[in-house]
Amino acid sequence: MTAVEARTTVRVVLPAHLRVLAQSGKEVQVRVEGQPTQGAVLDALESLYPVLRGTIRDVTSQRRRPFVRFFACEQDLSNEPPDTPLPPAVGAGEEPFFVVGAIAGG
Amino acid sequence: MSRVRVLVGTRKGAFVLTSDGSRREWTVEGPHFGGWEVYHLKGSAADPDRIFASQSTGWFGQVVQRSDDGGQTWQPVGKDFAYKGEAGDHKWHDGSDRPWKFTRVWHFEPALDDPDHVYAGVEDAALFHSSDGGQSWQELPALRNHPSGPGWQPGAGGMCLHTIVLDPVNSGRMYVAISAAGVFRSDDSAASWSPANKGLRSEFIPDPDAEVGHCVHRVAMHPERPDVLFMQKHWDVMRSDNAGQSWQEVSGNLPSDFGFAIEVHAHEPSTIYVVPIKSDSEHYPPEGRLRVYRSRTGGHEWEPLTTGLPQANCYVNVLRDAMSKDSLDPCGLYFGTTGGQVCGSPDAGDTWAPIVRDLPAVLSVEAQTLP
Repeated sequence: MTAVEARTTVRVVLPAHLRVLAQSGKEVQVRVEGQPTQGAVLDALESLYPVLRGTIRDVTSQRRRPFVRFFACEQDLSNEPPDTPLPPAVGAGEEPFFVVGAIAGG
Repeated sequence: MSRVRVLVGTRKGAFVLTSDGSRREWTVEGPHFGGWEVYHLKGSAADPDRIFASQSTGWFGQVVQRSDDGGQTWQPVGKDFAYKGEAGDHKWHDGSDRPWKFTRVWHFEPALDDPDHVYAGVEDAALFHSSDGGQSWQELPALRNHPSGPGWQPGAGGMCLHTIVLDPVNSGRMYVAISAAGVFRSDDSAASWSPANKGLRSEFIPDPDAEVGHCVHRVAMHPERPDVLFMQKHWDVMRSDNAGQSWQEVSGNLPSDFGFAIEVHAHEPSTIYVVPIKSDSEHYPPEGRLRVYRSRTGGHEWEPLTTGLPQANCYVNVLRDAMSKDSLDPCGLYFGTTGGQVCGSPDAGDTWAPIVRDLPAVLSVEAQTLP
């Protein structure tokens, strides 16, 4: 497998506030090296949109912010370790990786 | 003809209000950063078109926005507020130790003479500085490292550094206020700090006269008389005539000396304004009557200013950063309420009118006088 072939395009759906901040559409595409993981996708997302650093994960600890969730393929991946491979359908571009602002408030 | 620009931070975005010098007709622009809390916006005295805005939500954290064209367009700048060195602990509500953790920027204070220099007061309480127009931020750690720091506790709104006052005459002198630690003064550009709370008395702390631990809500200064400071404390309106070395109460005949905001007239250093709030458990005006109180004697003797303000069934609050003045003659006064009104007075408080009535809850108001 060549280096070019090892790169994967992942579709990421952003919540409304982050779309405005990134000046992007609802869905963006990021390129990750090798097996896509949650951490690799977020690294690529923050590299493409530096303004999103700190809005999804804490800048220092890299931990998910409490009111942000990660979904894909109808699964809640929020509490998965960041190096866990994402579902194959995400790596194949068939399903997006969702960054979601959790429901909070009354 | 001079113009006035009023920067309004709310629970759901920022608004920019502009008028000519008559201050009768206003243009309202916004919301900027719609849906985000904007705790504070402030323009540089050295370049009024440079404005810093603190944008945050509990979901996505802190963003700092900067405008270089008076609020027409904005660009995100740096937002990494990393405590310097080992952050350590402070006290939590229950007396336990809790690590210092950045939550948000409460207040920006641009330097008086350089638009690239700006201070930021943050929660958990610390002072940051940028020398590159907000692109990067460095903590000035001597404040947080004061020996009293590990004993600081949050007030109900969080442990926030909400007030920064720069002395325009005495180089290197500045004041900050923290809820609920109190006032600290530096004479060496934030290299070292001393508590400046002598004379404050707070019944809600174990030692009412403690050197540190007071819930100071706001401090105001007139630039021509920088050794005289005015304070709205949790309860009590206070005054210092010696640059914070000691304070005395000047609440006088106020209907309540609880409140958040305090402001000084632009041209009369002894004329000050407060908005009395009923109590710490009832955050609305006494008797449901929204009154600004003015003292022309630097405290003690106060007169209610009511013309144009609701005098029945009014139960809004005016928060600590939500009162400001312009420097036209006569001086203009402005305040915003948690009910979404921004009220203005073009005649030093004699008469008031709503500039806008139905904004989200107002967190901050800053007036700029423009050529």
